[in-house]
Amino acid sequence: MRYGEIVTAGVLALFSIYLMWKSADLPIGYIEGKGPGGGAWPFWLSAIMLLSCIAVMIKWVRGTSPLSQSDEPFLDGHGWRMLGLVGGGLVGFVALIAVISMYGAIAVFLLYYLRFLGRHSWALSIGLSIATPILFFFFFEGAMRITMPTGLPFTDPVFDFLYEIIY
Amino acid sequence: MEILSLLGSGMLLAVQPLNLLLILLGVTVGLFIGAMPGLGSVNGVAILLPITFLVPPTGAIIFLAAIYYGAMYGGAISSITLGIPGASTAVATTFDGRPLARQGRASLALVTAALASFVGGSVANVIFTLFAPVLASVALSFGPPEIFALMLLAFATFVGLGGDDIAKTIFSICFGLVLGAVGFDQISGAPRLVLFDITGFLQGIGFLVLAIGVYGIGEMLWTIEESRGEVESSNPKMTVRGMASDAAEATRKGWRGMTIGSLLGFFVGILPAAGATPAALMSYGVAKMTSRNPEEFGQGKVDGITAPESANNSASTGSMLPMLTLGIPGSPTTAILLGGMVMWGLTPGPRLFLDEPEFVWGLIGSFYISNIAALLINLAFIPVFIWMLRMPFSILAPMIFVLSIVGGYAAMNDMFDIWLILIFGIGAFVLRRFDYPLAPAVLAIVLGPIAEPTLRQSLLLSSGDLSIFLTRPIAGTITVVALILIFLPALKLLRRGGSKRGDKAA
Amino acid sequence: MLITKRAFLTLSCAAIAATNPGLALAQEWQPRRPIDFVIMAGPGGGADQIARFIQSVAEKMDLSRRPLVPNNKGGGSGAEALLHVSAASDPDHTILVTLNSFFTTPLRQDNLGIDIQTFTPIAMMGVDPFVLWVHAKSGITTVDQFVEKARAMNGEFVMGGTGTGQEDSIVIAFLSGAYDLKIKYIPYDGGGAVARDLAGQQVMATVNNPAEAKGFYEAGDFVPLLAFSDERLMAFPDVPTIRELGHDFSYYNQRAVVGAPGMSEEAAEYYRSVFTKIYESEDWQGYLASESLSPLWMNADEQRAYWAKEVESHRALLAALDS
Repeated sequence: MRYGEIVTAGVLALFSIYLMWKSADLPIGYIEGKGPGGGAWPFWLSAIMLLSCIAVMIKWVRGTSPLSQSDEPFLDGHGWRMLGLVGGGLVGFVALIAVISMYGAIAVFLLYYLRFLGRHSWALSIGLSIATPILFFFFFEGAMRITMPTGLPFTDPVFDFLYEIIY
Repeated sequence: MEILSLLGSGMLLAVQPLNLLLILLGVTVGLFIGAMPGLGSVNGVAILLPITFLVPPTGAIIFLAAIYYGAMYGGAISSITLGIPGASTAVATTFDGRPLARQGRASLALVTAALASFVGGSVANVIFTLFAPVLASVALSFGPPEIFALMLLAFATFVGLGGDDIAKTIFSICFGLVLGAVGFDQISGAPRLVLFDITGFLQGIGFLVLAIGVYGIGEMLWTIEESRGEVESSNPKMTVRGMASDAAEATRKGWRGMTIGSLLGFFVGILPAAGATPAALMSYGVAKMTSRNPEEFGQGKVDGITAPESANNSASTGSMLPMLTLGIPGSPTTAILLGGMVMWGLTPGPRLFLDEPEFVWGLIGSFYISNIAALLINLAFIPVFIWMLRMPFSILAPMIFVLSIVGGYAAMNDMFDIWLILIFGIGAFVLRRFDYPLAPAVLAIVLGPIAEPTLRQSLLLSSGDLSIFLTRPIAGTITVVALILIFLPALKLLRRGGSKRGDKAA
Repeated sequence: MLITKRAFLTLSCAAIAATNPGLALAQEWQPRRPIDFVIMAGPGGGADQIARFIQSVAEKMDLSRRPLVPNNKGGGSGAEALLHVSAASDPDHTILVTLNSFFTTPLRQDNLGIDIQTFTPIAMMGVDPFVLWVHAKSGITTVDQFVEKARAMNGEFVMGGTGTGQEDSIVIAFLSGAYDLKIKYIPYDGGGAVARDLAGQQVMATVNNPAEAKGFYEAGDFVPLLAFSDERLMAFPDVPTIRELGHDFSYYNQRAVVGAPGMSEEAAEYYRSVFTKIYESEDWQGYLASESLSPLWMNADEQRAYWAKEVESHRALLAALDS
């Protein structure tokens, strides 16, 4: 945590500087008779963000904040594994939406999570993974009229069939 | 007296069999839509469209009012059970609702929210009935300087919301405000802060993207990590008697919050630019500020649920006022309603109350009936929501992830926003490990886009002279109160800073 | 959870049974999936209300086998909508409701790389005129009084609008040029907010579409002074047009429907027939009359020619605005 704290503060400070630089595309000063320019609000707020990060760093150097003295690691082995498996699963889920449609991605993600992370039985995992997207489809597309991404063209026949049912 | 007879006939209209059926159906549908993260009354009203052609306009509008009420009640449900605010109006409900549910008292939290919603809705209905036309002109006297002063006040009531580390709290507030400025500068009409020149940022960063990221993804990752995968699902029992004693407890401990929320909520709600979210936040802040034990807020205090919940219902009712009396939609939901009214040949605006009394009073009457129906149906469904919480965590967790992603897409209609939700979620998890409070950022992204344009409009009006916030009577009063509120606790905090550290060491 | 979904299933089944289209349009191409009905403005504004009105007429008349799903993409003055439609993966099921930012936004933000001539013309539903409004309590009833007052205040006369480069700012810029006025212009986030702040007398005058100001006009709060249309408006027969005052100028907001670039000709023909039916419907004609829109029906080629003409005239207007 000790090094994590300063690294985080540093990264956030750099991001604040980027935001300030980006805000400066528009006028950031006080325009006579018109009030602040278009970039002023985000620019000066980002400047305060930068100052806050510097304050965090000063505390770290002086060792006055609890985190600057903590020896606990940012994440232990189990924590990293969790972040990789769950976070990675989520990234995979979102990436799959563009390929096999929202509903296909839900099925794959649920199967992965329930069976391999949750260690539930195959029956329960497969059952929920199939039932959930089907129910979601009828809820969102049928009742709410909200269209979800359908993925690459190869899914078209399936969706044409499903839309035929609900409309 | 005339008002009472008009209201009476309106209510009679609402309890006709067909209309009553529409109310029950609408409230139920609205309740579940509101409970889904990402979906809100606007989606519910979208279902209304095909149905408006099957029933007479009065029936259609009654159905809409019922959905609107149901969704208002439903917003609290996902805040409490899942910890994800389904709509911006329910953010403040998570602060105390979620901790209470974690303590195994989800039923108390849900009953409290339902009861507070009912009280807020009822108070608002009465004020609405008695003073609608007068209040419309009050709302009009709020120009940009007054709205900005009000936003200042909203921020003021939130000083001290964040964690112990003041620098990190300030960072979080400013971060939320800057994220709210991304996309487009309304005043100069120029694109602004299009980060890394990705065109997806042109549309700005919506409140829901940040909220779902922080609460739906970030909090869940945090919970899974902290619990080492072995979350004890709370196992609350539900009985009618249990609910009755919950209701008694909610009233006893939460009446202060309900009073503050109902009154403050309504008055903030009728202001066209403000709406239910600032109303809920301010009520929470005021309830905390005026409490004898402010430090109990955020730990699952009943007043911390009643204040925002009664306020958001009261304000949602209040926000119908500018729509009906001025013909100005204050929210996407009221905009669709306005479109519907045009279809049925009604002109919303100053003359609506005179020209179409039957329609107006039928609508107001249905507010009363819907409010009662929503309370009863909500209470009846609480066991279902509790049962959901009893699912094993390894089933609940992936379901919440899926709901977050699907709900996020339903609300924003854009894959870019889904990736942003994921980035915010993982970012929030990391920042939370380092004690950065994130609630202030979520609030700031709601208030910032109201505060900045009104600030600059005011300064355009005054040719850059800041005294406009003090010289106009309403704006001046609010500004002075806000400044006092900001500086008093800040001074106290600074003075207390030294002793606090001593306390912790001891 | 299950109970929820069952409830919705029942509901959706009921909805299907109720709205089941009993007709099949005698055409070859039919939409196979819900139609992405993109709106170039945020929810609640004038453009959004018109789009939703069109959608509800389509729904009411059972015109389409698949629903039009409204999709608000108002960001960046409509840039978001233009980018979304240009990049549509399924152009046959993507249509856009436009206003004049269809012309101005690609001109003002040329880094977007949008060429509007690649879009597919479908239907011109009408054009929305602009009118100059003041509050009744200001005591102003004629253009002359307005000009006198604005000149007397010498730069302190406040008008509200929807932002520099937006439709009303073009009209106000023309007005200030023609009468040599110095006007303080306050941008708001939509025409409704502008009308509200005129009603609350936060601003002294506005240039609003009649639809946005109608309620206040009928209640006697607003006074129309001048119409920026070619002919006098039916709803305001006593209000002079700017042409009558000797200025060669008129300005309308287009309310048109266009298809995504790359839409197939069969799909375009299908949508043209659907929107022709909507245009001819009693509901839409009634809407045109009650909200003072002018009809301006055009076929596809005429629409393309109209776009080219509008782009040129907006180029000149925007150049005048910036100088």
